[in-house]
Amino acid sequence: MNLTLHVWRQADSDARGDFETFKISDVSPDMSFLEMLDVLNEGLISEGSEPVAFDHDCREGICGACSLVINGVPHGPQKATTTCQLYMREFDDGQAVWIEPWRVGAFPVVRDLVVDRSAFDRILQAGGYVSVRTGAAPDGNTLPVPKDVADRAFTSATCIGCGACAAACPSSSASLFVAAKISHLGLLPQGQVERNSRVRMMLAQMDGEGFGHCSNHAECQSACPKEIDIGRIARMNRDLYRSFVRRT
Amino acid sequence: MISDLNANEPTGPLENRWTRHRFDMALVNPANRKKYRVIVVGTGLAGGSAAATLGEMGYRVKSFCFQDSPRRAHSIAAQGGINAAKNYQNDGDSIWRLFYDTIKGGDFRSRESNVYRLAEISVNIIDQAVAQGVPFAREYSGLLANRSFGGAQVSRTFYARGQTGQQLLLGAYQALNRQVAAGTVTLHPRTEMLELIVIDGRARGIVTRNLVDGSIESHTADCVVLCTGGYGNAYYLSTNAKGCNTSAAWRAHRHGALFANPCFTQIHPTCIPQSGTYQSKLTLMSESLRNDGRVWAPLHTDDSEADPATLPHDRRDYFLERRYPAFGNLVPRDIASRAAKEVCDQGHGVGPEVNGRRLGVYLDFSEAIEQMGEARIRERYGNLFEMYERITGESPYTTPMRIYPAIHYAMGGLWVDYNLMTSIDGLFATGECNFSDHGANRLGASALMQGLADGYFVVPYSVGNYLARHEPNSVPGDHAAVNSAVTAVRDRIERLLNAPDPQHPPEYFHRKLGQILWDNCGMTRDPVALREALARIPPLREQFWREVKVTGSGETFNQTLERAGRIADFMELGELMCIDALDRNESCGSHARTDHVTDEGEARRDDENYSYVAAWEFSGDTSSPNLHREQLRFEFVHPSVRSYK
Repeated sequence: MNLTLHVWRQADSDARGDFETFKISDVSPDMSFLEMLDVLNEGLISEGSEPVAFDHDCREGICGACSLVINGVPHGPQKATTTCQLYMREFDDGQAVWIEPWRVGAFPVVRDLVVDRSAFDRILQAGGYVSVRTGAAPDGNTLPVPKDVADRAFTSATCIGCGACAAACPSSSASLFVAAKISHLGLLPQGQVERNSRVRMMLAQMDGEGFGHCSNHAECQSACPKEIDIGRIARMNRDLYRSFVRRT
Repeated sequence: MISDLNANEPTGPLENRWTRHRFDMALVNPANRKKYRVIVVGTGLAGGSAAATLGEMGYRVKSFCFQDSPRRAHSIAAQGGINAAKNYQNDGDSIWRLFYDTIKGGDFRSRESNVYRLAEISVNIIDQAVAQGVPFAREYSGLLANRSFGGAQVSRTFYARGQTGQQLLLGAYQALNRQVAAGTVTLHPRTEMLELIVIDGRARGIVTRNLVDGSIESHTADCVVLCTGGYGNAYYLSTNAKGCNTSAAWRAHRHGALFANPCFTQIHPTCIPQSGTYQSKLTLMSESLRNDGRVWAPLHTDDSEADPATLPHDRRDYFLERRYPAFGNLVPRDIASRAAKEVCDQGHGVGPEVNGRRLGVYLDFSEAIEQMGEARIRERYGNLFEMYERITGESPYTTPMRIYPAIHYAMGGLWVDYNLMTSIDGLFATGECNFSDHGANRLGASALMQGLADGYFVVPYSVGNYLARHEPNSVPGDHAAVNSAVTAVRDRIERLLNAPDPQHPPEYFHRKLGQILWDNCGMTRDPVALREALARIPPLREQFWREVKVTGSGETFNQTLERAGRIADFMELGELMCIDALDRNESCGSHARTDHVTDEGEARRDDENYSYVAAWEFSGDTSSPNLHREQLRFEFVHPSVRSYK
């Protein structure tokens, strides 16, 4: 198949960016989207131009590095799929494809399609953990966790920290990302001791990083490649209010 | 044979060695720990857990990763699970049994003391992870669930659906974040180690490139811990993440760190076959799938395009069950891989033709779905089936999966002693980047175990033991060794940017190297093919340095430059892999020499002459390294023929 690509180019965080158009031919439907960009880039290098920068690593949909807005949708048209797991069979011959970086104030552009997501690390540093020393743990089976609770905690813990939720949100909120961690740890008995401080500190950090607040558009859950649902945000808000009235 | 390497192993009864060794180790007074600085390179299971634990103990830690966040290290992609000798299933497991299985699985090419320690520590890892909130699978009782995993006849594998690596890594990352918040660990993401600083024989720091703005910086410390993963990407196509590389380990090797058993590279039997020449990586399907799926290929070569759902059973060859009735589809990885290669080489492969060959066999769940129902299978493997369908466009619920082996893990790596210290004083190596625990073949669900054992429970002690014997002191920023390391990095970047006759992007050379290694030093090896590879790699390396085309500059975000530097190191390591494979005149584990097989066609080990670790020293000439040997002593297990029939 043949495609027309409109790709965001930006030299660095201070530079002004713009779209550059490329024609690409002989795209196989069995190619991944990123392999299609690899082919484009090898061609650009061969002709002496600078290739398009984009983040990627595992290419298995789990590391969370890839981060493209494709035709206006974070991670592109396929539901529950990261950019790296998107295959060209999802596109039509002759189609125009617009490729942009995450558009979030708290994620400044590094170059082209690469953004700086260190704000997410800082939010988790503000309390997204259980304070257990190495070596201080009791036997794993001393604390039974009902299977349904463990399963729900697991579902929240599958967040890959890609940032698609914030990129999809009209308010650039990181609420779904924060709520996923709050739910993961808040559901488990291990996470109870720090439950109150965790939700307050992580939300304060989210605000400090410049993310917006949840405005119930639910775009985040449509964009989430791991299908984490906005019920977590309700749970997080409940935890926040609860933290003002209960000690644990 | 002369064994000239001392592993500093404790002696005496195996089960007391680690306890005694810990008592013999020197300690650093808690009040003095903040005076010591430790560099940890890599943030996977080994690096994340080591940096977090060292920080928690009070050392001042700098943690480096080339990814944009520590959470993205490739440990995140491990699917199947983590072994631990808990015996929660009451099926006869014990530390001894896990030890024995790991030694045997490694085809008697690993150190007894190290492997026993690994099995001993395995139980603590599960406790630690549970306390961190890692959501392991549970029974309806609320207690931890287990499953059995390739090569084991007991259920000792703990798992979190098909995302165990992700959940364990997030546990380590959370522990790391806690230390960042506490101020003991400083993170340096998007920062790549490009050189080691060695002063008076001691590792004292690293030179890095900031991948965002290209700035070259030196970082000095009282010791350096490398947790930089494996080198499977030497083959170009592998299940590793695109960024996985050998550069940190290889820079250390060039400074004198011995590289052990580089030819021991593991092929994983259950990966999605290649679909075309543009392929950038291969995707692994967890081998837990072999618990319920049956592996087969058409019995007749003319059935390669027949509908697998309707092909009668008497025209299928369930070749693993036929050849290995005791273990069937659960034989270890190397055996399953070679069997699949053999049936495809004989023309029984299925799937699309790539370069004139069909490289794929079926992994069929139809009977499991019939017996247990689709819901049970979905619960066990749902995310893997979805991943397979996204990539191939086919649903494993209705059509058998197609699988083929791919490079997955490197058992070889930097040589380390019992303290996980390399042959450079003060340079430690943990996790996949060292060679220590898996011998010639790693068992399933043992990589996560080793990474976390090293990081949480071994290196924190052995680093302390090392530091206690050295005064904390800082290296002046303008020390000659620092300056020369920085200059070496700058010169190399200039060379990569200014090849005399730039023709091809770096990947062009990487694909060529990968094809040579896969064909000549892959699933099977023989002296003729290895000599051919050794004749072809040096000219390819010269061509690379002459013709590599890297656009852009060194002072900006430049992914082409990053890749070119990593490929340059693979060009040297690839040659060492072939040298090692040619030198080891036996078959063992993953190292299958077709000139060393039994009459039945199975691998034939040569314990009399090759029961050693081959540790290679850089001589200044990549093509003629010096061999050092560490003789392996088996005091507690008797090396037997590894039979899974």
